Amino acid sequence: MTAIDVQITQRPGTGRPDGMDSYPGERPRMGFFTDTSVCIGCKACEVACKEWNHVPEDGLALTGMSYDNSVGLGADTWRHVAFIEQQRPVSVADGASDDASGGASGGDAAGGADIDGGLRWLMSSDVCKHCTHAACLDVCPTGALMRTEFGTVVVQSDVCNGCGYCIPACPYGVIDQRKDDGRAWKCTLCYDRLGAGMEPACAKACPTDSIQFGLLDELRERAETRVEQLHEAGEASARLYGNDPGDGVGGDGAFFLLLDEPEVYGLPPDPVVTTRDLPSMWRRAAAAAAALAALGAASFAGSMLAGRLGAGGHLGLGGRR
Amino acid sequence: MVPKAEFTSYYGKPVLNAPVWAATDIAGYFFLGGLAGGSSLLAAGADLTGRPGLSRVAKTGAAAAGAVSVAALVHDLGRPARFINMMRVFKVTSPMSVGSGLLAGYVPAAGVAAGTALTGRLPWLGRAATAGAAVLGPAVAAYTAVLIADTAVPAWHDGYREMPFVFTGSGAMAAGGLGLLAAPAGESGPARSLALLGQVVEMTAYERMTRRMGMVAEPYRSGRGGAYIRAGQVLGALGVAGAAVTGTPVLPAWRVRRIVAAASGAAMIGASAATRWGVFHAGLASAADPKYTVVPQRERLRQRAAAKVAAKVA
Repeated sequence: MTAIDVQITQRPGTGRPDGMDSYPGERPRMGFFTDTSVCIGCKACEVACKEWNHVPEDGLALTGMSYDNSVGLGADTWRHVAFIEQQRPVSVADGASDDASGGASGGDAAGGADIDGGLRWLMSSDVCKHCTHAACLDVCPTGALMRTEFGTVVVQSDVCNGCGYCIPACPYGVIDQRKDDGRAWKCTLCYDRLGAGMEPACAKACPTDSIQFGLLDELRERAETRVEQLHEAGEASARLYGNDPGDGVGGDGAFFLLLDEPEVYGLPPDPVVTTRDLPSMWRRAAAAAAALAALGAASFAGSMLAGRLGAGGHLGLGGRR
Repeated sequence: MVPKAEFTSYYGKPVLNAPVWAATDIAGYFFLGGLAGGSSLLAAGADLTGRPGLSRVAKTGAAAAGAVSVAALVHDLGRPARFINMMRVFKVTSPMSVGSGLLAGYVPAAGVAAGTALTGRLPWLGRAATAGAAVLGPAVAAYTAVLIADTAVPAWHDGYREMPFVFTGSGAMAAGGLGLLAAPAGESGPARSLALLGQVVEMTAYERMTRRMGMVAEPYRSGRGGAYIRAGQVLGALGVAGAAVTGTPVLPAWRVRRIVAAASGAAMIGASAATRWGVFHAGLASAADPKYTVVPQRERLRQRAAAKVAAKVA
C-alpha cells in the first residue's frame, strides 16, 4: 500500500472532509463494512482474531443467549458475534435472505414468503468502530490511544498505564481493562497486518464476506448499493449503521448493515462522542471554580463584617481584632 | 415529554462498559480534592485576616488530602508503576490529563504551604505556596466534575451542566466542615460561612441537575447511589443546622458550642463524602442498565425526526 499523497499537518478536524485528524504520512482511510445480512454465525472471526492477536481466553460457559457465549466486546473479545432469535415474518424468498433468516424455520425456507410469523435469526459480528471522533482517544491522558496512518484507533500497550478513562468514555462499550494485566485492550484492526499489506484476520477468515475490509469510501459506496439491493428484494428493515459522517461520532471506520434497530444488537441508537460537550463543560467548570473562590472571599468578608459590627465577637464570629 | 419506557436491548446486557475504577480510590479522590481545594482558599483567607489557627488547620488538611489523593489515584491505575506516563502529554480533551497537570502544581504547593506553616520556616516561600494553592485549589475542586461528565455514562454525562457546581459546593462544605471541626472557635467563623454557602450551592445545583436529567436521575434516587445521596442529604442538613446554631447566641455554654460545632463540621465532611460516593455509584448503575442509554437516545432520534417533519411541513 503506497500513500496516495502526503498531507500537510493541519489543525485537527480541518484537514479532512470527515473531520478526522490528519498528519504527514497519512494513507487513505481503511475500515470494515460488516454486512450482517450474510453472516452465518460461524464465529470464524472471533477465533481468527484471538489466534492472530493472542487474545486470552475469557470464559467458556454457555450463556443461553442463543449461540452467543462471548456476550459482548471487551478487553479479551475484540470480535463478538451476536445472535438474536426473533418471531418475525420471513419477507424474502431468494437465497440471500435465507441466510439472514437463519433457516431456523425449517422446511419452508426455500419457499415463498412466510407471513405467518416464522423465526428470524439475526447474526452480527460486532467490533470496535474506530470512530472518526473517538472518545477513547480524546480522553486518554497518556497518549497511549492514537490514530494510525490508516485512520484506525490503536492502544499502545507499552504506554497504557491502565487509568481506565477510555472505558466509560466509549459510547459503544468496546474498550475494556484486562483484569490480570491492568491495561486497556481493544481491536487494532490488525495494525500489524495492515502494515504488511494484508487484510485483518477476521476479514480474511470470514467465509461469507460478511466482514469486508478496504478503503472506507469504497466500502461506504458498496454498502449503499447493498442496502438498495435488499430494499428492492423486500427486506425493508435493512439499514446502515455508523456510515454517516454526520452522526454523533463523525461516522465509524467500521460500520454495519443491520436488519433491525441497533439496540436489538446491543448497539446505541444515537451514539455521540462525549468530547462534543467538553468545551461547555470546561466553561462551566471555570465558572464553578470562580464561584468557589467567590464563596471563599465572601466567607471572610462576612466574618469581617460581623466583627466590625461588634456582633458576636464574644461568640467567636469575628477575627483577631 | 416523558420518553417511552419500553425499549429493546440485547438480552438486557449493558450497552456501555462500566468504569473499572474503585469507589474508595476515585470517589475518595473527588472528596479529598474538593476538601483540599476549599481548604486552600480558607488558608489563604486566614493568612490575610490574621487567623493563624484556622490557617494551620486548613493548610494541613489541604496538604494531607492532596497527598492521599495522589496515592489513591496511583493505586487505582492498572499499572501503578507507569503513573509517570500521565506526564507524557498534556491534552485539553482529556480532563484526566489536565487534572494531572493541576495536581502536579497544586499538591507540592499545598505541601510547602503546610510545611512552612507548621515549622515556621521560610515564611516568604510559605506565602507564595499558599497563594499558589489558593489559585489552583478551586480548579482542582471543579475539574473532577468534568472528568466524570466527559464519559458516556448517562448519570454523569447528562449532568455535565451542573456537576461542577455540585462538586465545588460539596468541596466548600467539606473544607468549611474541617475548619469548624479542628480550628479554634474564635477563628472558625469563615469556615462556618464557607460550609453554609457551599451547602446552598451544592443543594441548588444538585436539584437542578437531577430535575434536568429526567429518567436518567433514577440511579440518584434508588439503589446504592440513592442511599449514599440520601445519607449525604441527612448529614448535610444536620451539619448545617448545627453550624448555624453555633453562630448564634442560642448556645451560651462554650463547651457545648464547641462540641456542636465539631459535630457539625464532621457531619458536613461526611455529607460531602457521601455525596461523592452517591454520584459515583449512581453512574455505575446508569451504565449497567441499558435503559438509561437506549431510551434517551431513542427519544433524541424521535425528536430529531419530528423536527425534520415539522420543518418540511412548515
